[in-house]
Amino acid sequence: MTYVADVGALARKDLLLELRARDTLPAMLLFVVSVFVVFHFTLPAHSSDLAASGLLWVAILFTALLGLGRAFVAEREQRVLDGLVLAPCDRSAIWLAKGIATLAFLVAAEIVALPVFALFFHGVSAATVGGIALADVGICGVGTFLGAMAVATRARDLLLPLLFLPLAIPIVVGGVGASTAASPGRYLGFLVLYDALFCVLCWASFEYVVTE
Amino acid sequence: MTHARAQFVPVSRLPRISLPALAGSSLVLVTLALTLIFFVVPNDANQGFSQRIFYFHVSIAITAYACFAWGAWKALRHLWKHDPRADLESYVAVHQGLIFGTLVLATGSIWAKISWGHWWLWSEDQLVLFLVLFLFYAAYFMLRFSVDPGPQQANFSAVYALFGVVLIPVSFAAIRLAKNLIHPVVFTLHGPNFGGWILVTYCVAQAAMLVFAYTLYRVELAGKRLDARLRELRLA
Repeated sequence: MTYVADVGALARKDLLLELRARDTLPAMLLFVVSVFVVFHFTLPAHSSDLAASGLLWVAILFTALLGLGRAFVAEREQRVLDGLVLAPCDRSAIWLAKGIATLAFLVAAEIVALPVFALFFHGVSAATVGGIALADVGICGVGTFLGAMAVATRARDLLLPLLFLPLAIPIVVGGVGASTAASPGRYLGFLVLYDALFCVLCWASFEYVVTE
Repeated sequence: MTHARAQFVPVSRLPRISLPALAGSSLVLVTLALTLIFFVVPNDANQGFSQRIFYFHVSIAITAYACFAWGAWKALRHLWKHDPRADLESYVAVHQGLIFGTLVLATGSIWAKISWGHWWLWSEDQLVLFLVLFLFYAAYFMLRFSVDPGPQQANFSAVYALFGVVLIPVSFAAIRLAKNLIHPVVFTLHGPNFGGWILVTYCVAQAAMLVFAYTLYRVELAGKRLDARLRELRLA
């Protein structure tokens, strides 16, 4: 049970920090709404609803990247990560807690973004919401992991999108399929498979990212 | 085969084929494969002479997969057994894989132009998969070279290389899900969809490409090890 308690304490720390400093979430919200407005002008007049559904996924991916890029900034600037690695808890708890906190920010941003999308473009189906929920888990799991790596490199913020986008292509395939196909079942199943595979891989190998 | 034995014999005690012997055998095999491809095997009934690019394209693609898999295996050895040589071996294997992957994109693009009239087809799943892999492994190099050499660089590279072998089947499934199929399926569950000289030529071409890739891998490894040794001596 101590593992759960560790994860809870670490995630609570991130959520509290955000609640007090309000660094990430307002930026994500403003970004996603701005992206929608840009999309309106990039789509040619009378383009189909399908095009807008596809662009929704671009918006989600880039909004998530914005949040993920900020995820380990506090740890880097204040050298918290060294302390966390020395703490007597399993290292994967650091990843899990950070992933949960990032997921909370992303979901909060989407709770605002999806109604705005419905207002600007077209309604959102239940399968799309399901697809987004499943994709969020994969995005935050893999993204947090890569964020922890990127923050330790010289290139830092530059590197995260480069590392993340090739790994996000399957998520986009599953997500766009879930929101546009007539029978979204197998796309949702694929997203579950992706989440399971990559979260287990991240969970098992996070130790090697923070220790030498 | 050295690759198969590596699982049972510790790497340090692996009997190594000498580099000149390896280079010689790859020269012989490549010459044999080229002879078979251009002079022995008959023209394809549908695609004519141009179908011969199949022997290059497919054998290069399989070789690229083999390189990525070998790189991931070495990455696993680095993380799991802390084998001190595995990091460099994993990096060199991924490097060779990226080179062969670029060749897959080039030959696939040429073949697509000849067969279907377009340089790029999003409906051709192997080509799209290699594009994803190309982006992924190009990012591997960005990652590796923005970390200072040392245990952290080795760990990051190893973990990312492991992500690669999981990404290959997942992307493949994703691309299959996303598209309609026009890629010629040469291998089915009922075995290869051809016989006779075509099969022989393909097998020789595949063997030649694998031995050639292994030779390049060993040459690059020898060069990199020499570099590292020189740097050590200079610092000492």
